[in-house]
Amino acid sequence: MDIKIRIEKACKTFGEGSITALQEVCLDIGSNEFVTFVGASGCGKSTLLRCIAGLETLSSGSIKVDGTPISGPGVDRAMVFQHYSLYPWLTVMDNIKFTRQLQINLEDITSADVEAASGRADALIDLMGLNHVKNSYPNQLSGGMQQRVAIARALLPRPQILLMDEPFGALDAQTREVMHDMILHVSKLEKTTIVFVTHDVEEAIYLGQRVVVMAPRPGRIDSICPVNLPAQRNQDMKLSAEFMQQKKAILTRIRETAGVHTDLELLARMTKPADNN
Amino acid sequence: MSSDKTRQHRVICGWRALWVIRGHLSQRAYLLFALTGLLLPLAGWWWLSASGLMDKVFMPGPVDVLSRLYSWFNDDDLLGDMWISTYRVAAGFTLSAVLAIPLGIMIGTYRPVQALLEPLTDFIRYMPAVAFIPLVMLWVGIDESSKIAIIFIGTFFQMVLMIAEDVRRVPVTQIEAAQTMGATRSEIVSRVIVQSAKPALLDTLRVTMGWAWTYLVVAELVAANSGLGYAILRAQRFMQTDKIFAGIILIGLIGLAIDQLFRWLHRKSFPWLYKK
Repeated sequence: MDIKIRIEKACKTFGEGSITALQEVCLDIGSNEFVTFVGASGCGKSTLLRCIAGLETLSSGSIKVDGTPISGPGVDRAMVFQHYSLYPWLTVMDNIKFTRQLQINLEDITSADVEAASGRADALIDLMGLNHVKNSYPNQLSGGMQQRVAIARALLPRPQILLMDEPFGALDAQTREVMHDMILHVSKLEKTTIVFVTHDVEEAIYLGQRVVVMAPRPGRIDSICPVNLPAQRNQDMKLSAEFMQQKKAILTRIRETAGVHTDLELLARMTKPADNN
Repeated sequence: MSSDKTRQHRVICGWRALWVIRGHLSQRAYLLFALTGLLLPLAGWWWLSASGLMDKVFMPGPVDVLSRLYSWFNDDDLLGDMWISTYRVAAGFTLSAVLAIPLGIMIGTYRPVQALLEPLTDFIRYMPAVAFIPLVMLWVGIDESSKIAIIFIGTFFQMVLMIAEDVRRVPVTQIEAAQTMGATRSEIVSRVIVQSAKPALLDTLRVTMGWAWTYLVVAELVAANSGLGYAILRAQRFMQTDKIFAGIILIGLIGLAIDQLFRWLHRKSFPWLYKK
């Protein structure tokens, strides 16, 4: 397996060193691998993703893509945010083609390039089922549709790496299932390396080839679970014993590292009937 | 009898429905309420002046004001006064906007510019613009530029801070999305920040336009020999209360017209905000 992303002793502190968001995180992510990150809040999974994207800089350590250390955002790493990342003043089509207007994509460009990009935009719109809304504005679309636009926009320049930060967190369960199969389809077709952050363990297992469990205070990798499911996923697998077992194991790890639990005594005190002496 | 009761019941229900918190109001009902709100004070004014309870010198009636407007138009160059006042507002406001927009965008985008200029602007904006009038007359003189300068002082510093705030309110995700797509710094400013803040910027201009008219009147009351504000001041000297009324109402109407123009421009320029 070729290594696409190599994270070496990545450390990140906030607030002049008072909060350690990442402590010596080491991980290799292979080419065309689908890695998902889960963990209790504050475990640094989003911070790590933002560091890979180049939106945050590490305090120490390094992140290398194809052996070259990253120094800021780059077109080889596309990112899909949780929400509010579309441009409300542009139509769906113009949002997806936004990147084509940027200087970086206008240098040494031939008419064949333009045509190819335009063809890809049309293909992405069809793939995402956006054809009937391509001239609408984002605020006319549902949350699920908006995320499809965001994904299409990220995929337009054929990125080698797709970084996704809880992209389906705000969607309803049914829309989410559709999006899962769509993104699995894309990853297989385009040979994209996908790094996917979520708080939904089921989603993490269903999508990932490996699930990385992170733990908070300080943010670190707790364990890495290879997913033992057939490469071709389908929704029924979520009910298999194998899946359930893995889900339970991961949930247990998250609970143990989270440092929060239900205090039955406190609950009982809250609901105790009024004492009238 | 029973149908009468149901009708009564329905009327009460309709009345109650009006007072639902953040409820819905039909277009007809809205128009009815709006007209009442506008016409009732007018009728009250009419009645008060016609009743003779108050001296005409203190409270001229609507008819007096209208006839004064007519004679102002015929004999006293009303259009000239309106033109010079509008010109001063437009000049002061435009000058203010031309400088405040780029400066506000810089303050809202780059932290060092913010640290350099915002505390100073915050300080100056609390100095009363009116108190600058003697200074302005000393420095700039008493010609047109002094009125424009006063309007500028009154609006510019507020405008800069409001524009900076508009720019800061651009969602950071929109900016980060552009960064991950490989946009340069200048592209992020011109293609994301400015585009995203535009509707808020136009709203800021609309609000500050109202203040520009306030400072116009102040400037003309003190240092002018033409314009609506000056006409109001002169009318006071000659106890022409009807002319004072006419001047105030005219400024109000011009302000309302400009405000509506800004709103219309907003709807035309930013169609995505109005499509749901």
